[in-house]
Amino acid sequence: MSASTLKIALVGNPNCGKTALFNQLTGGRQKVANYAGVTVERKEGRFTAPSGRVLQLLDLPGTYSFEANSPDEQITRDVCAGTYPGEAPPDLIVCVADATNLRLHLRFVLEVKRLGRPVVLALNMMDTARQRGIVIDVPQLQERLGLPVVETIAVKRGGAKALIERVDGEVPAAAPAQTDDAASRADLHAQVRELLAATVTMPRATAAIDDALDRWTLHPVFGLMILAVVMFLVFQAVYSLGKPMTDLIGDGFGWMGEQAATLMSAGPLQSLVTDGLFGGIGTVLGFLPEILVLFLFIIVLEESGYLPRAAFLLDRLMLSVGLTGRSFIPLLSSFACAIPGIMGTRSIQDPRDRLATILIAPLMTCSARLPVYALLIGAFIPTRRVFGVFNLQGVVLFALYLAGILGAMAVGWVMKHIRRDKSEHALLMELPSYRLPKVRDVAIGLYERGAIFMKRLTGVILGLTVLMWFISTFPSPPAGATGPAIEYSFAGYIGRALQYVFAPIGFNWQISLALIPAFAARETAVAALATVYLVGGEASGLGQALAGQISLASALSLLVWFAYAPQCMSTLAVIRRETDSWRNVAISFGYMFVLAYAASFVVYQVARALT
Amino acid sequence: MRLSELPKGSPAVVDGVDDAHAADPIAQRLRDLGFVDGEPVRVVAIGPMGGDPVLIQIGSTRFALRRAEAARVNVRIEVAA
Repeated sequence: MSASTLKIALVGNPNCGKTALFNQLTGGRQKVANYAGVTVERKEGRFTAPSGRVLQLLDLPGTYSFEANSPDEQITRDVCAGTYPGEAPPDLIVCVADATNLRLHLRFVLEVKRLGRPVVLALNMMDTARQRGIVIDVPQLQERLGLPVVETIAVKRGGAKALIERVDGEVPAAAPAQTDDAASRADLHAQVRELLAATVTMPRATAAIDDALDRWTLHPVFGLMILAVVMFLVFQAVYSLGKPMTDLIGDGFGWMGEQAATLMSAGPLQSLVTDGLFGGIGTVLGFLPEILVLFLFIIVLEESGYLPRAAFLLDRLMLSVGLTGRSFIPLLSSFACAIPGIMGTRSIQDPRDRLATILIAPLMTCSARLPVYALLIGAFIPTRRVFGVFNLQGVVLFALYLAGILGAMAVGWVMKHIRRDKSEHALLMELPSYRLPKVRDVAIGLYERGAIFMKRLTGVILGLTVLMWFISTFPSPPAGATGPAIEYSFAGYIGRALQYVFAPIGFNWQISLALIPAFAARETAVAALATVYLVGGEASGLGQALAGQISLASALSLLVWFAYAPQCMSTLAVIRRETDSWRNVAISFGYMFVLAYAASFVVYQVARALT
Repeated sequence: MRLSELPKGSPAVVDGVDDAHAADPIAQRLRDLGFVDGEPVRVVAIGPMGGDPVLIQIGSTRFALRRAEAARVNVRIEVAA
């Protein structure tokens, strides 16, 4: 690292607009990793100041207080104090405070100041503050605090100019470090009051628009109705926006496979390229649009401030099944993928609430299950209108999501009653002001999450697709064989061995076979089915092939299996890492296998009796 | 009076936070969030199921507290002086 690199730590209360400011400063040049040994996200970025100096920016987890209540708050405290192992103490701390909420945020500023490190205060959201008629005497505040104060508007282009100029200049002198004890902590509030009285005039404590919106969104009846409508629209959008793009990608890869085939002579290599590579990747990659649409909604809801409202409405319900309103956000993320969802449980302070949420998160229908759902629904459920408006396929998809949620509630309720520790745990959740999500912040969030999915996709799925092609192609059928070639391959043997386990729930050997790679990553089940049904065959579509080969009862049973089945290996690995316990992995795998087998058994037997 | 008993919309003032047990982290966090003597508070919304949690306006911030958490906060209704 060159001597001119300045290490800056960005800290602040949750909802101070710190991440938007970080995005504004660093643009796309960010590196997201984990702190060594723990799973708290470490976001670092760089930018070059007008002077040519390189500034290295660390976006620390938002915290209300250095009296840390959770692992991410501990990291913020330790990095700021310079005691975090492996992390150099910051040269400068930029403390971000929401100018519209200084009563809460200034207390943390004072806490940061007491560390005895150089601090710059960024008064963020100055535009909103002005709109609301809040007047802040910045020179006076600066003098009383004894540290440089700059105004920023994180969501406006050029809104960080004053901050860049300030951090590019002389590093300010540090205030003397002060001891941290109960008496001095209590004194902080008195200091905040004095500061506010001397420097801030506020015509009104809250934004009128927040009050007006909250009257509706938090209303006992209308609030729940709005929540239900929002959730339903999200899932309809996944189907109606994502699906056409998905078809386009699928057709594109099919065409590319055919083009590649014309360049090669017939044989195992040509089969590997068209069936294994292009067929497999195309089928799975095609579901990326649906995943991105879902992520888009989750990020927009999060950025707009609606998610904590939803958590408020659902807390009592969550509590009744042994969770917390805070579980709602990780659980909603689990609809995209259980892995970010489980990692998101780090914001839940109580270890017991956190573990309960982790165990339940995989029951939320993750996006990796969408390919399987989409395939089977497309093949077996007719595109009929229900009540004149809804697509029957969309309704079935909604029912599957609902099955996951109801299953999770049942599991949560059982866990709540069998666990030993029945003590109290806190909610204590801030409901931030509503905000219009900014395109850049949504885009960066979407890109980050999409990239994580793609990394998993290319590595795991490509390897497995090729492995699947191999075991379903070799050994070649003996001379004079009459059945399809795959029946004589390794895959045929494995599938036939597994079918005895799965016959009572209606799975044939091809489906049993597809469950093997599905354990590695659920979305590969589609690629595996494509391989076992299409290798050496002339089928025009996997859906049609399936509709001809398996019964409706088996298809429904498979849908239910995927709603509850033990999650993918990556999820189990994350559970192991997040809870540091193989026991939790075993509990997780075991209960889901039993649940999935039982539910599929019932569905298969009932459906078979009825059809 | 406890904050959990405060009717929706009535303005009140915080009169300290009680520890529910020794070294109560929930009480400590409430103090850090600004629930300190003399701070004006108001219940702005209640949860749809059993009136739990409650939404408390303190300063410019709104916090969702479960009833058990709100019960740690003592409040008094101040007659306008």
